Amino acid sequence: MNIVKAIIILASLAISNVSLAAAIGGSASDFTLKSRAGKNVKLSEYRGDVVMINFWASWCGPCRQEMPALEQLYKKYQDLGFVILGVNLDEDSSKAANLLQKIPVSFPILYDNTKKVSTQYDVKAMPTTFLVDRDGKLRYVHKAYKPGYELKYAKEIKTLVRE
Amino acid sequence: MLAVLKVVRAVAVVVTRFYITACTALLLLLPLVARSAILPEDRADLLYHSYDGGGVTIEGPSILVRKQVGDSFSVSGNYYVDSVTSASIDVITTASPYNEERTEYSASMDYLRDNVTISTAYTQSEENDFKAKSLHLGISQEIFGGLTTVTLGYSRGWDTVGRLGDPAFAEDVDRENYRISVSQILTKNLLMELGVETITDEGFLNNPYRQVRYLSTSPRGYDYEEEVYPNTRTSNSLALRAKYYLPYRAALHGEYRFFTDTWGIDANTFEIGYTHPFRDNWIFDFKVRSYKQNSADFYNDLFPFQGAQNFLARDKELSTFSSLSIGFGVSYEVNKKFLNFIDRGSINFSINNIQFDYDDFRDVRVSATPGTEPLYSFDANVIQLFVSLWY
Amino acid sequence: MNRLISLLVISAGLIASGCSDIEPWVKPYERDRLADPIMSFSRDPVSSSYLHHVYQAREGARGAEGGQGGGCGCN
Repeated sequence: MNIVKAIIILASLAISNVSLAAAIGGSASDFTLKSRAGKNVKLSEYRGDVVMINFWASWCGPCRQEMPALEQLYKKYQDLGFVILGVNLDEDSSKAANLLQKIPVSFPILYDNTKKVSTQYDVKAMPTTFLVDRDGKLRYVHKAYKPGYELKYAKEIKTLVRE
Repeated sequence: MLAVLKVVRAVAVVVTRFYITACTALLLLLPLVARSAILPEDRADLLYHSYDGGGVTIEGPSILVRKQVGDSFSVSGNYYVDSVTSASIDVITTASPYNEERTEYSASMDYLRDNVTISTAYTQSEENDFKAKSLHLGISQEIFGGLTTVTLGYSRGWDTVGRLGDPAFAEDVDRENYRISVSQILTKNLLMELGVETITDEGFLNNPYRQVRYLSTSPRGYDYEEEVYPNTRTSNSLALRAKYYLPYRAALHGEYRFFTDTWGIDANTFEIGYTHPFRDNWIFDFKVRSYKQNSADFYNDLFPFQGAQNFLARDKELSTFSSLSIGFGVSYEVNKKFLNFIDRGSINFSINNIQFDYDDFRDVRVSATPGTEPLYSFDANVIQLFVSLWY
Repeated sequence: MNRLISLLVISAGLIASGCSDIEPWVKPYERDRLADPIMSFSRDPVSSSYLHHVYQAREGARGAEGGQGGGCGCN
């Protein structure tokens, strides 16, 4: 009985949790979403810039924590050809608008209330951040946010911006 | 029904015995599949509580402060007081009304690392004839893409029972609690939770003042002797609860708990609740809870003669009884920032009315032939008024 | 009976690890309703623990009064 137990435990330790990674290296799929300014925005419009796509929602604590850090990154690298697209996933967009009044940001905010783009990008955590290079290729993905992640983002943005 | 209870009891005993082996195995496997979670939010609560019923009034404050420290820790502290004025039926019939105060302090710390939240807490309470200390441990993890949360918990308690007017009297009670709960998201509107808890007590488990009565030849027909309890008790509880989101923004809540123990008590608890937000700032809560238990094996309202059994109890808490609670609560949220560091706050009021009806505990304040006194019943109002602050 | 229980528990753990490839049928971005405070089993912990204390002090039953789960599922 003990041997059986040990074998079962060892076997299950060997089964690793393969997380389904986003297709790093492939093209970032194009999408069109309405921005908070009211216009339709296409990802492909930003070809030539380094694009950070950040999926967030008002009810997500770590997302709220991350916003000021993203705003700082945007301000710093904007002039070098860098843009952040904040894709909001609230069912009710007015909740996002309310939050943005308390935590103002200057980068574009896009509303994906039908969850079309988040399904396209197979978002598996809240928040999820993708970095797309100037050729429209997906280069980095970050699931979740913990204070300190913005340092990783900064390094990656610096690399992509120099290309 | 009896067969079902026997099976449940057998399973409970087995589960108790294998908790440590099973939990260790589960803990080894969980880290592979888990995702991380977040720490509890920072908040402070200042509560005034009041219980009034059956000749007893208890009131006092409960103050809780919780704060995240660094990236991975959340600490909290609680101060709680019960100021008791008791002229309950037990007190009136066998003693005299008294005033007493119980103070409880507790501190907790939660640690979040990658996939696991580890919680520890320490509680200490003191009143003039009773001291209690307990240590709590918990480990919680999200699995299945965060749809399932598994929590294991263990508590250890040490009580010292004293007796007023008898300084030499000091008896101990040791307690251990084992808990496992699994919370499962079923749909984007439905959340369910299954909880199991086993508690073992050992030591001086009765009340040093309470007495049982037996038929005698005295003028009133009965006399009193001290209660005698077993010095161990093992209990098992299984609870199932669910919360459902209604599309216009409201929540329905349902709960069932089954309880059984080695003293022969079986109890069933049912609860339903409805939470209704109104406009932007108001939330209303309604709740109905039904509780029913049968008596302990060694309980009797009136024993046939002195020393009739090895174990003797006449505590109404161990009798056959049912209770029905109806509760109403209202909360007003203030969504403004104030004092620079406070994000928002709320003011809350709730009242619960609990009706207790005893099936084999008699009201001996009424003179009658022993065993024919009316069955006892009473109702109590529990009021809570509190302010919460988030920062 | 004892062996059965421990086998069941270990199998549950095995299934849990082996089934990590099951796609969560409620996506992380669909959890806004579950993250709503009204969907919490204990929205005001100080108040719920006080009420549990009121019942425990007067009833024979105790235990299995609450846990954690649901929520925003962030991180």
